[in-house]
Parts: sequence; C-alpha cells; structure tokens
Amino acid sequence: MNGMLLLHYLEKDARRSVTDLADILGESEKDIQSQIRYLEDNKIIVGYHTVINWDRANNDHVDAIIEVSAKPERDSGYDKIAERIAKFPEVTDMYLMSGKSEFFVSVSGRTMREVSDFVGQKLAPIDGVQATVTCFVLKTYKRDGVLMEFEQEEDDRQLVTP
Amino acid sequence: MDYDKLLTKRAREMRPSGIRKFFDLVAEMPECISLGVGEPDFQTPWDIRDAAIHSLERGRTKYTANAGLKGLREEICRYMHRKYNIPAQVNEVFVTVGGSEAIDLAIRALVEEGDEVIICEPCYVSYEPITTLTGGVPVHIAAREENDFRVQADEIEAAITPRTKMLVLAYPNNPTGAVLRHEDLEAIAEVVKRHDLIVLSDEIYAELVYNGRHESIASLPGMYERTITINGFSKAFSMTGWRLGYAVGPKPIIDIMIKIHQSCIMAAPTTSQYAGIVALRDCDDDVEHMRREYDIRRKFCVRKLNEMGLHTFEPFGAFYVFPDISSSGMSSDEFCEKLLERKHVAIVPGTAFGACGEGFARISYAYSIDHLREAMKRIEEFLKELKEEQNS
Repeated sequence: MNGMLLLHYLEKDARRSVTDLADILGESEKDIQSQIRYLEDNKIIVGYHTVINWDRANNDHVDAIIEVSAKPERDSGYDKIAERIAKFPEVTDMYLMSGKSEFFVSVSGRTMREVSDFVGQKLAPIDGVQATVTCFVLKTYKRDGVLMEFEQEEDDRQLVTP
Repeated sequence: MDYDKLLTKRAREMRPSGIRKFFDLVAEMPECISLGVGEPDFQTPWDIRDAAIHSLERGRTKYTANAGLKGLREEICRYMHRKYNIPAQVNEVFVTVGGSEAIDLAIRALVEEGDEVIICEPCYVSYEPITTLTGGVPVHIAAREENDFRVQADEIEAAITPRTKMLVLAYPNNPTGAVLRHEDLEAIAEVVKRHDLIVLSDEIYAELVYNGRHESIASLPGMYERTITINGFSKAFSMTGWRLGYAVGPKPIIDIMIKIHQSCIMAAPTTSQYAGIVALRDCDDDVEHMRREYDIRRKFCVRKLNEMGLHTFEPFGAFYVFPDISSSGMSSDEFCEKLLERKHVAIVPGTAFGACGEGFARISYAYSIDHLREAMKRIEEFLKELKEEQNS
C-alpha cells in the first residue's frame, strides 16, 4: 500500500474513518488499520490534533512566540537544554533555529500575565538560557495550513461545461 | 423581421452543442450532484493570482502587443522546450483567449471551402462547428474502445482523400481520458507526412497524464513544420476563467493566425498574461499537487464503476472517465436523463462528443473525493433499481 497517500489523507483530516480510507484507496480495512499502526509505531504519525481558532472560542487564550538565546553544552549540544524547555506543558512548539537566537518557542496560556510569568519564572532562569524576546500573538490568520479569518472561496462553476 | 433571411445559412445550420442541451436539463435541477464539468475544481494557485493583483496595482491595464507580452511568449518557448521538447522560437508562439480561440484561428487560417478536416471522435465540441463555418467539411473517424480510444494511423489513412487538409488530434482526450502512445504518434506522423497534411494538436490536458509524461506530436522528426500545437492555462493551472491559451507552430502559419487575431480579438487579457508568466515559471509544484490529487480520484472512479458493473477502461489522461453504459439497455441520452431525474446526478451523454460516443457517458472527476463518493453511491443505487425493474 502507498503509505504516502494514507498520510496525505490523514494530514488533511485526521478524523477520516478506516472504512472511508479503505473505500477511497481501494484497500481492505484490515490493511489500512495495520498501515496506520505501522505509521504510529514508527513515530511517523505522532499525534492527531484539532485546529482551533481560539479567537472565536470565547475563551481566554494567549499565544506568544519567544526567541530564546541559549548556550550549547559539551557532548549534548542544544538537545539537553531544549528538552528542559520543551517539557513544560505551556510550550506548544519548539524549534532549533539558524539566525540570531537559538530557539523559537511557542507558548500558550490563558492570559498575558500567565505567559510572562512562565517566561520570567520558568524559562529565563534555566541554566544556559541567556536571553529571551517575547512576542505576543495579536491575531491568528493561518494555523497548520488552515486559514482562519478569511471568506471561504466557493465552488462557482457551472453545473455542466464542455 | 424575417431573421432567418438575415442570418447566414452556415451559422444557422451549425450543429448545436450536445452539452448545451444537457446543460438546460440540469439547470432545472440546481440541487443535483454534478459530475458534468470540464474544468478543474482547484482554485488558481495563489502565486498566480498574486501576480495578477500585482500587475493591476502597477497599472498594467492597457493592450499588450497583438501576439502577447514578450515575456510571456519567451516563457512559453522555455516551457514548450523543457516539458515537451518542442523547439519553438518566440516568433512562432502567440497568446490567445483560451485554447478555443487558437482552435478557431488555426482552422480559419488553413481550411477553405471544400477542404476536409479529419476529426477523431469522441472529442471536444468545437472543431466541427468551426470547420463548417469556414466552409470546410468535417470528416469524422471514431476512436474505438477496444483500442482504449486511441485513434489508429490506419483509421486515419482510410479517411484521407485528395481534399484532406488537416487532422485534428486532441490527446489527452476530452471526454475519454485516452492518451496516445509513442508508437501511435510515430505511425500517425508517417501517415501525415505521406499525405502532406497539417496537424492541429489540441494538447490542453498535456499536464494531466498519469502514466508517464505527455509526448507532443510536434516533437517527432519532421513534424514541427506541419503541426500547430495548441495549449493553454485552463486545465494545467486551473485558470479556466482567465481565458488564456496559446498556439505554437511554423512562423508562416502563426503569422496568419496573428493577423486574424488582430482583427477579431486584438490581444489576450493583459492581467491574465502577467499571471501566465508566473504560472509557467513558478508553478510546477502546484501542477504536480493537482495531478496527484486527480490521480487518486481517477483510480477511485475507475474501480467503483467497474465494481458496480459499468465497464470502464482505465484512462491515463485529463480528468474524465468514460464508462460503457450500454449494459443498462438504454441509450446514452436516456441513461443520463434517467440518472438525473431519479438520483439527481448529472453526467454527460457520450453522444455530446460525437455520434460514436453512443453507449458511453462522460464522468468528470474534477470534484472532491467525498463528492465523488456520494455520486458513485447514487449511480450504484440507480443501476440496482434498473436491474430490479428489468427482473420484475
């Protein structure tokens, strides 16, 4: 079976049922199931998430992107310090970057205060963290490839054309 | 007023489009699930739209040169060379209002009263009416299902007379999805050279081939000088509404086509032309993405239709499947009308694309997979009901 095709469908819609996928790809449900298990076991599929527009959810929610300058350690480089940061539940995404700062860290919290407390009390004091720049998200336009605030583009084709 | 006296005989006698007739039927049922369109469902890639917006912001709102923007013609040359190995120079290329205009001009430039034009059917609907408008004589030959709808060189040769001027080839084909193989092209090229014909090769679906790459007949030895290759942006880049196409061929023919174009069109839309440059230069990945998506749907439709008992050959091009519906015992028209009436699914009778389309129907898979699944479910129910009625 073409595992890439399966990934292609699941990436777009993680809720596609095994029955649906089997029907679309012309495989048995059993084969689809075992392929998904293979992808999960090998950490190719690492999670199934819902993309939420928190701005509309009527819920206190703040996102911030934090540039973190850090010092590498002998033997482990940046990985140890990255692990210490990434394990905080407030951190939603984290990358080692080329450029001015070492890490980009996305953080979510209920309020700006909560996020700044996290930076001031947990992130900045970590050994090896040299500086942080916190940028609060004002509005989300696109997340995980999904457009948030724009008008849907309708299918305005005629019903029959040559 | 007696308008019939005013209107020209040729225009009055032009055969009306079979698609039009079906369109009128479907229009009365706007809630139906349509599989009837001949245009992509993807939005035009954003890069292309952005280029168009940018051109407007810069005030590029005037006519371009008749033949099109030089930058676009250069880009077309590079594209034809890198994709289809066609060695066109800038003065052998010009930009039209869609592939349709290029078809019209090519026929008008070459076909005179009594000249015969061989048209391989089933095919797109415009070659015949344009031929008759110029006083030419359309000669239909039928591509047959047993050859996967690939027209054969001997079938073409059998239709040639001393009046034959032009051969129209339209592959990848609308409505069958057929593509020609290298050996088909070679054999056809031999016949064309032997009888000194001109080929009008409509390659509007060239980017949508699923078993390798499209091969242009103009790239075969000795064929460039006798081929007008027509292509465009509608299908490859999902730009049907932009009305942008082009013709490539020997300079003396292209020059005459441009002369007619100067009088009836002037120049293709300027905004579309700026967008077209970006499409040809930067959008290979977008095209590949769409092609992959169509390919999944293509396989899905072929499998489903065969499973439900409608024999469907595997097409390797365009975005259509062409199932054989004759096992239903109905004509193509009847089958499609009944399916629309009972299950509210619109597909197009094969006869809309030539008499030899009888017994077949065109199903477009330029729709989301979920849309296709629902439609296939309904077609299957329809067939079951028919069978029960026949048995009772």
